[in-house]
Amino acid sequence: MNLKIELNGKIMIVFVREERLDAHNSPELKAEINRLFEEGAQNLLIDLKDVRFIDSSGLGVLVSGFKNASTRQGSLKLSSLQTQVKSMFELTRLHRVFDIFQTTDEALESY
Amino acid sequence: MKNELEIQIKVPNKTRYLSLIGKIGEDMARELDRFSGDREAFAYHLNMVLTEAMANAIKHAKASDPDKEVLIRISISERQLTIAVYDCGQGFDLNSIPLPCPETDLLEEKGRGIFIIRALMDSVVYRKCKRGNVLQMKKALK
Repeated sequence: MNLKIELNGKIMIVFVREERLDAHNSPELKAEINRLFEEGAQNLLIDLKDVRFIDSSGLGVLVSGFKNASTRQGSLKLSSLQTQVKSMFELTRLHRVFDIFQTTDEALESY
Repeated sequence: MKNELEIQIKVPNKTRYLSLIGKIGEDMARELDRFSGDREAFAYHLNMVLTEAMANAIKHAKASDPDKEVLIRISISERQLTIAVYDCGQGFDLNSIPLPCPETDLLEEKGRGIFIIRALMDSVVYRKCKRGNVLQMKKALK
């Protein structure tokens, strides 16, 4: 899976550089999110700019990361969702759970 | 393309083929004549439903047996889209998956795939058949 990880101050940004986030590749993202939390990261920003398609597995991995962050008094926020990807968050009402920002910069300003 | 076609696809029981199946669904939606709705949304939804249904079949089939296949039938008539996805596993209880409603626990990790399929299709039935089980989904086309 193509991920780019950047540390910006205390925020760990994970750029998901895949067109699809589905049952095939989402376990890899889950493992990476878990690894970052295990290594001490508190605040994760997942940037989905390149993701055109997300299925229930992809959504499930983000929910799992969100719960993981909450138990560690950290956070997991999202940025740069494409229209159709955002529509899946709305369909499953997960847009009420996550802090979602239009751009990476906007998300960084929120901390 | 005339608004009547049927495609049957057999793919190995592996998640790496999800993208291919989803793409076939999108291409079919884009090729349809006389479709007056939002074509891009329809294409995306077809990709979504096929991806979820196939992932579901893989999950419930005997994953340890790589020789197993998933059979998918997509038929589009003038007024209706029908998708049937066959698996050869033990099956599951569709009624145990919560219906899309405001009371659903948003952070529940299971059942979101079926939730999405139900939200995007008009009817969803899961039943036993000769091959094992079939998830049959229908949607009226306007």
